[in-house]
Amino acid sequence: MTSFIRALSESQQIGLMVVVIFSGLIATHAVLVCRSARYQSIATSLRADRPLLKRSWIMALVFVLCWILGSAWSTALFLGLSFIALREFITWSPTHRADHRSLILSFFILLPLQYALVWWGLLDVLTVLIPVYAFIALPVLGASQGDTVRFLDRNAQLHWGVMVCVFGLSHVPALVILDFEHSSTRSLFLVMFLVLVVQSCMLAQHLAAKRLARHTLPNGLRVFQWRPWLVGMFVGGLVGALMAGMTPFKPGEALAMAWIACVGGTLGHRVMAAIKHDKGIQRWGRLSGTTGATGLLDRIDALCFAAPVFLHALRWYFDV
Amino acid sequence: MSWAGNVVGLLLLGVVRLLTGAQARWLGCPPTAEQRIYFSNHQSHADLLMIWSALPSELRHCVRPIAATDYWTTSWLRMWVTTNVFNAVYVQRTRGEDSDEDPLAPVVQALNAGDSIILFPEGTRGNAALPQPFKAGLYNLAKQFPNVVLVPAWIDNIQRVMPKGEVVPVPVLCSVTFGKPIALTFDENRHDFLARARNAVIALKTQ
Repeated sequence: MTSFIRALSESQQIGLMVVVIFSGLIATHAVLVCRSARYQSIATSLRADRPLLKRSWIMALVFVLCWILGSAWSTALFLGLSFIALREFITWSPTHRADHRSLILSFFILLPLQYALVWWGLLDVLTVLIPVYAFIALPVLGASQGDTVRFLDRNAQLHWGVMVCVFGLSHVPALVILDFEHSSTRSLFLVMFLVLVVQSCMLAQHLAAKRLARHTLPNGLRVFQWRPWLVGMFVGGLVGALMAGMTPFKPGEALAMAWIACVGGTLGHRVMAAIKHDKGIQRWGRLSGTTGATGLLDRIDALCFAAPVFLHALRWYFDV
Repeated sequence: MSWAGNVVGLLLLGVVRLLTGAQARWLGCPPTAEQRIYFSNHQSHADLLMIWSALPSELRHCVRPIAATDYWTTSWLRMWVTTNVFNAVYVQRTRGEDSDEDPLAPVVQALNAGDSIILFPEGTRGNAALPQPFKAGLYNLAKQFPNVVLVPAWIDNIQRVMPKGEVVPVPVLCSVTFGKPIALTFDENRHDFLARARNAVIALKTQ
């Protein structure tokens, strides 16, 4: 299988990817619809899963389209996602009036600059811009405004939001920068590899957790469940191993890399769940609205954590 | 409404949605085309824009916000935008020395013409957690137009988008919650009615 895929040309691989993703979605949708016509219980659960299905369709369509159009479009897509995610994160952060300048810096200078660095391919700069320079710039700007009430709280949350939503997410399109000597054109497939592996792992974990028994801690946060997590790891690893032919990896390496991404993603998702629980919210999107804005960060938080881990694991292992 | 007004309107709508999400929550009543007075808390000049964006496009054309002349007509641009995009009704906030005409006369005229209006009964922007006491205008209109439905609304978070004195807005999700309509009862005096109206607005804050 791996050697067969590797023998295909790049455009054939892209075509194969599109066919596989959408036939998977169509098959899932068709099976659910057909079975719901027969079983009442499935009809009920289909109604409950409809938003999930719809979201998966939209996410797959937008992502695949941008991916096909090339790295410029992928970068632009993730820039937009970062903006929306950071908007959601900031909405639930305790910013004061004095933080206005810091917010302007985060949204309108750091965010575009980070993605410009991705576009220019300056990997060494983009991995330090936010952890090093923004880490000092944001609190300095905050301190210059004179409002010190809950100062650490406000500035720490702001920097954390920028770390997750901008720094973390920008590492997905940054995978394109990696230059593998023996297959220079394959880097764009790494973006697809990471997104597909992490999202299918999260989807599998989510569905498994819904089907299997559900426990909650006394304080309301869900207990870490091993079985759904293992299901997620299995599915993510499987997807990764199957895609090995399109990546610079051998099947064993692909499996290991997929697992690294999945561990980062699932545990990162867990961290975000703890934050949401602390803030007393179910989803990042504000309230339950009719005009959209219902929690993009919930869908992509795993990617925010998986991407930097994945990228640096690659750099270390392949020395690129 | 002019062609340019429509284009600028769409542009503004796009910017508002990008920055705030412009979520409308119709909790107390559905958005219908009956004649209404929407009244809400007032924390920012962008409040007018927020309610306008939260309305469905069909209603946006027949709901007119009330704009204070001392702010919205001071520059050519503000004047143009409020007239051509929002189709605003202009009201004098400070009464002139010699005039004893009703400052609400333009509003009465608009209501007589069948338009709905957006009113900020505090009169001026506040920055406290709760709105200031309401001015008498709402009571007078309610008395004069008993058939117009009074809809309370709460605009949430907008003061974080652009605090007083700042020029550049930042993105924060905002929402407009529309509550259950209230009506003036026959034995109610001005003070009680205004307090009840204010409480109806405040009650939406936590919903």
